[in-house]
Amino acid sequence: MSTPSDPSQNPESAGAPDPSAVSRREFLLRTGAAGGLIAGATFAGLKLWQPNHFIPGFEAQKGLHLPDYRVTGAKGLPSMAIAHGATHDQTIRAAIGALGGMQRFIQKGDVVMIKPNVAFDRPPALAATTHPDALRTVAKLVLEAGASKVIIADNPINSPTGCFLKSGLRAVADELNLDLLYPEAESFSPLQLDGEILRNWTFFHEPFKKATKVIGVAPCKDHNLCHASMTTKNWYGLLGGRRNQFHQHIHSIVSDFALMMKPTLVVLDGMNVLMRNGPTGGRLSDVKPMGTVVAGTDMISVDSYGYSHLLERDIAELTYIHKAHNRGLGNMNWKDTVYREVQA
Amino acid sequence: MKIRTARRISQVFFFSLFLFFVVISDLRYLKGYPVSLFLELDPLVAFATAITTHTIYKGLLWSLVLLIPTVLLGRIFCNWICPYGILHHFTGWLLGKGRDEEKIRIESNRYRSIYQIKYIILIGMIVAALFGSLQIGLLDPICLFHRSMSTAILPSLNLVFPHTFYVRQYFHIGAWVIGFMLFLLVGMNVVIPRFFCRVICPLGAFLGTISSVALWRIERNPSKCVDCDLCLKNCEGASDPHTQLRKSECFVCFNCIEDCPEDALSFKFVPPLQHELTMPAVQPRRALLGAVVGFGFFGFGRSSGAADRGYDKKVIRPPGSVEEKEFLERCIKCDQCIRVCPTNVLQPSIFTAGLEGLWTPILDNKIGYCELNCTLCSQVCPTGAIQRISIEEKTGLGKFAAQGPIRLGTAFYDHGRCLPWSMETPCVVCEEVCPVSPKAIFSREVTITKRDGNEITLRRPYVDPALCIGCGICEHECPVTDEAAIRVTAIGETRSRERRLLMDGGDTSAVREYESRKR
Repeated sequence: MSTPSDPSQNPESAGAPDPSAVSRREFLLRTGAAGGLIAGATFAGLKLWQPNHFIPGFEAQKGLHLPDYRVTGAKGLPSMAIAHGATHDQTIRAAIGALGGMQRFIQKGDVVMIKPNVAFDRPPALAATTHPDALRTVAKLVLEAGASKVIIADNPINSPTGCFLKSGLRAVADELNLDLLYPEAESFSPLQLDGEILRNWTFFHEPFKKATKVIGVAPCKDHNLCHASMTTKNWYGLLGGRRNQFHQHIHSIVSDFALMMKPTLVVLDGMNVLMRNGPTGGRLSDVKPMGTVVAGTDMISVDSYGYSHLLERDIAELTYIHKAHNRGLGNMNWKDTVYREVQA
Repeated sequence: MKIRTARRISQVFFFSLFLFFVVISDLRYLKGYPVSLFLELDPLVAFATAITTHTIYKGLLWSLVLLIPTVLLGRIFCNWICPYGILHHFTGWLLGKGRDEEKIRIESNRYRSIYQIKYIILIGMIVAALFGSLQIGLLDPICLFHRSMSTAILPSLNLVFPHTFYVRQYFHIGAWVIGFMLFLLVGMNVVIPRFFCRVICPLGAFLGTISSVALWRIERNPSKCVDCDLCLKNCEGASDPHTQLRKSECFVCFNCIEDCPEDALSFKFVPPLQHELTMPAVQPRRALLGAVVGFGFFGFGRSSGAADRGYDKKVIRPPGSVEEKEFLERCIKCDQCIRVCPTNVLQPSIFTAGLEGLWTPILDNKIGYCELNCTLCSQVCPTGAIQRISIEEKTGLGKFAAQGPIRLGTAFYDHGRCLPWSMETPCVVCEEVCPVSPKAIFSREVTITKRDGNEITLRRPYVDPALCIGCGICEHECPVTDEAAIRVTAIGETRSRERRLLMDGGDTSAVREYESRKR
């Protein structure tokens, strides 16, 4: 290609042009273009060649693994605190205080993901969603402890924008300048887990990309199939895809959540408990004031207390608690652990 | 031998080869013949699927073989090899008898600006492909011809001459649309000779674009030419050999060389560029229009939801099919699967699979069912829309026991139409024909008091969703033939994780556990 063309050979400038003659330069360019096209196509063809078939739907699956968000080095401090009081603010502060204060869990500069349960488009009084006062207090404590940013996110059953608006959580996010992340299609990535049923599932990954600590803030609710929805089942809202299949193995799935998520802290809001018609509720008469908040590092202990003392039922029937306990994912016998019960 | 004779021999050979492949695409004759060879040779198929999937599936690499002569000699494919082009060449001659007068023929073969439409169509299809919607098969001549033969021509010939192509008559939903489209395109030869090839053909446009770099072409010697225009008399491509040759339009039929009384035309190596129009003449704004319309196939088609949450329960894809969005990236609507299917279950979708899925294969269990030990559709699929699976992979046997069978959907009972469920009549044909072991359909014996007071014991059938593979033979054999009492819908298909029914894929099914304990 680099051969310089001799102007005297150019038919345009020659005295007696041969109309069919082509300069050497042009000849090389044209044969080069043709050869280049063949060579390029052959190279690309071989490069892109898929010589083998695959079996659709059975491809090997990969996914991310969540880090462990627990904090260590809390000698002698309780792993669970039960606080009784009149308001969310007082009671939550008392419970966290009994655990050693939020500074035990949150260091300066932490990015904290708070996971409320906003599954339904319901007002706070119906106790089907995390109460805005609960979120406000936890978020304030986290910010007071020096967190640089608080993210709140959930993948609700009902329309996400409606859920966050009507549960009053968007107002809290606006008030305290929290990052509210809605579940968008791009927010999800596959999660890999060696669970009893949960193996590879699409996960609401976006809030965890920057988070260094994770706190679950869950209401205490009756559930039609799972018996109860508390701090363990709260993580359901981090999954995407065909969640309606979870009900085929609900207790296995919920116990797998204890494997999937190792949170920094969970808070069970038992100020007003949805006693029946869960998980949606719908009547104020379904709600019973219990004036209690349970906070702890072991969601199985917390849920165990919630089931027997807040929902006031027999723990023997709550299969997921036993599954998780037997797999060593938590301790359902909270009385055997270090715990404190305080009055706000 | 005159070059025209050589060309005619080539045309007869390739046309016959095409028909041979069409006819032998049948379980009785198929013995490893490369029946999808023309599709694999088609560079537009390889190019467009490479855009959508970033891969070139198996035999599509053969398309390089066709690319090379095009780069060297131009669109030689169009008039020497393409069976659809040959059809139009022949019918154009047959229907063009009214153009016997030399002058009329010359005029009918002059280039017209509407011949740029094919480039605009090609641009639209490439834009759709860039977004993941493969639409070339709507008009690609090889796909179009295969589809017309498989769904319309052979079945209608078989109606007139029974048992020529099928042991039992085949039916194809929407065959009349495909058949009349073929008639329309052939009939247009009356208006414009080789209407399809000159105006519509996206493959011709693709090869025409490539042939802009071709090293050989028809060259006119202006000092010999007497401007008689006789070269236009039989010009197939309407490529203006009487003046500056439109390189991208020339079919390299060589008629002009033989028709020239002055020997002014020759097939020349690297002739001067000023004697040709190298690139296709396409007005940029019309090209933009083509691009916008092409986007519509993706934009409007995809947002209609048929490939997503709005999917139709009847979009049951052949075994080995890839997930729906990838299916739309791969399927060229050639309907080779439909041709080869031994039970006639495969049908061209009209709009069941959405706009983008026009003419793609879906199962209609009223007409046929998916034969358990058969993967013929996957063997002939040139693009891997149906991956070339083995029987073991399909049925989940041997090495594939752990992953289980490929499921096409799940069967559901309609109790109101089921004889033992609501009509006091014994039946369970469905259980009898269920091909998997243990059977996915099981029945429970019940004794009921009939309307006349007598007792009857009959069996009422149930489906175990962990075992059902969605083959549809239960639906096909159900005596309630207008709308069966058991029907398969797409839910539960393994190709799509979003469309599964059981979370564990049936792994924790009681029957499966029981079976494994027995072993």
